[in-house]
Amino acid sequence: MSLTLLAVQTLNGLQLGILLFLVAAGLTLVFGVMDFINLAHGVQYMLGAYLAVAAFQLTGGFWSALPLALLAALACGLALEFVVFRRLYDRSHLDQVLATFGVIIFLNEAVKTIWGAAPLSVPLPALLDGSIPLTETLAYPVYRVALIGAGIAVAALLYLLVTRTRLGMLVRAGASDAEMVAALGVDIRRLFMLVFGFGAMLAGFAGILAAPIFSVEPGMGDNLLILAFVVIVIGGIGSIRGAFLSALIIGLTDTLGRSFATDLARLLLPPAAANDVGPALASMLIYVLMAAVLFVRPAGLFPVRSA
Amino acid sequence: MMAPSSRLRDVLMPLVLFGALAAVPLYATLADDRFILLFATRIAVMALAALSLNFILGFAGLVSFGHAAFIGIGAYAVGILAENDIWGAWISLPLAVLAAGLFALVTGAISLKTRGVHFIMITLAFGQMAYYTATSLSAYGGDDGLTLWGRSEFLDTPVFSDDTWFFYLVLALLAGAYGLLRRICGSRFGRVLAGARQSELRLEALGVSPYAYRLVAYCLAAMIAALAGALMANQAEFVSPSAMSWHRSGELIVMCLLGGLGSLHGAILGAIAFMVLEEGLSGVTEHWRLIFGPLLVLVVLYGRGGLLGLLDLGKRS
Repeated sequence: MSLTLLAVQTLNGLQLGILLFLVAAGLTLVFGVMDFINLAHGVQYMLGAYLAVAAFQLTGGFWSALPLALLAALACGLALEFVVFRRLYDRSHLDQVLATFGVIIFLNEAVKTIWGAAPLSVPLPALLDGSIPLTETLAYPVYRVALIGAGIAVAALLYLLVTRTRLGMLVRAGASDAEMVAALGVDIRRLFMLVFGFGAMLAGFAGILAAPIFSVEPGMGDNLLILAFVVIVIGGIGSIRGAFLSALIIGLTDTLGRSFATDLARLLLPPAAANDVGPALASMLIYVLMAAVLFVRPAGLFPVRSA
Repeated sequence: MMAPSSRLRDVLMPLVLFGALAAVPLYATLADDRFILLFATRIAVMALAALSLNFILGFAGLVSFGHAAFIGIGAYAVGILAENDIWGAWISLPLAVLAAGLFALVTGAISLKTRGVHFIMITLAFGQMAYYTATSLSAYGGDDGLTLWGRSEFLDTPVFSDDTWFFYLVLALLAGAYGLLRRICGSRFGRVLAGARQSELRLEALGVSPYAYRLVAYCLAAMIAALAGALMANQAEFVSPSAMSWHRSGELIVMCLLGGLGSLHGAILGAIAFMVLEEGLSGVTEHWRLIFGPLLVLVVLYGRGGLLGLLDLGKRS
């Protein structure tokens, strides 16, 4: 458990946290403003990654593929909203969970049918294809640092958008009481569509950023989705600030837990048992955290809704 | 509600369902079709699990998204005992049910403090914890699962080893669980659960706090699900963590909704429909999920009340 390992794992944790934030930001807004549980949000992340692959094959360059894939992700999100989701807003949570579960099943299979089940990848852009030396023996890839930077920039932009603009004000008002906002003469359906499209694009952006470093495969969004739900439940549904903080907490807890849980378990248990218990404990850590937060503060760390 | 016809349906429909299932072995013998017997066993086991979920989901209104964990606990109880060379069903089945009941008591006591979306999420969290615990059991297969070298034994009888006997065992347990849950739904205890689903506030105004009732119902559902899990382990002679993945929990909810949340036997109908659909579509094309996903969306959007609701509609027109 050396200091450099700790530094590298902290950076990895931040990177996971940033990706989680990009997915969770859309999820928490859609959930907060529209009271709509969208299990298919993780699929948007997967779509982003696949669209990046397709756009890269089309254009041959990362920087030209990026805006193309981003627009395509936005289009996919809006199409889904138009065809399926807008019929679900005033349904029960159970109906929403089920219908979006159906969308997951469909899109996972569609991706498998179009691109095949084998993992794909996008090469790193040449500009960011280097590494930063941390010590004499250890270096950290530039791309991953750039990813963290891009995520923080998006988070800052989002924060300004939500707290400083008229649109952001409406979104915040919608999150605390959507009916009242509608009663005051705001076209809530259009606001919903805007928020939804924006959220889908953010998740797609996360997928595009992830495409060069993770393998692009069907179902890659499912696990991230569950993590994103943990993030928004801990952060408080509808709160961007809460989503950002808890995404970083979850990213760091999960990554650091995975690298050090076995070592920590060894302090208390015989080595053979520790090798078993460590990884299980690490996988469980964030769920334990969520159960604890829900038990102590049922509305999350930064509750939005007044009721 | 149209009292006479719906009462007829509440009696007739379960009889038809159980009658059809009970006739499967006869058909299998006549047509010399062993596959259909094994398939019907799988359906009956799934129906038992879905039935237990429908009790808390449809009847008590608790949307649990971690029900697969209880199935997994039941399955692993059988698997772990078998790995330690204990094959007696009189040990493994009660132990499976007890372990799941205990797990449900602890997790339910915490989960039931929350409402709505938070309940969905916290049950999901506990389900995931159980899932990761199973993947870490390296002595019992870990990620890959555990192959059982046989089935449970019961007093030298062929109830587990013979496929036809085993089918009737599962069916008898399904019928028993159905009868029990139906009695409960009609009792004072059941009325409190239904009342809490409709309005917790009203119930508390009457001086009844639903927490303890819900907790007991949650544990009972978990124990029945664990029984289904124990049977599943025997049926497949294989146990793996995928039995408790969140996809499985989602599928169970789909079964309940597909059949209709309004009545208990909706889950049995839903399980049959789900498995037949899955089997039928996967025979047509390898990419059957391309059809299944949109079908699910359509059922949610337009099929209010599930298949039972459709039957009702047919009667009304």
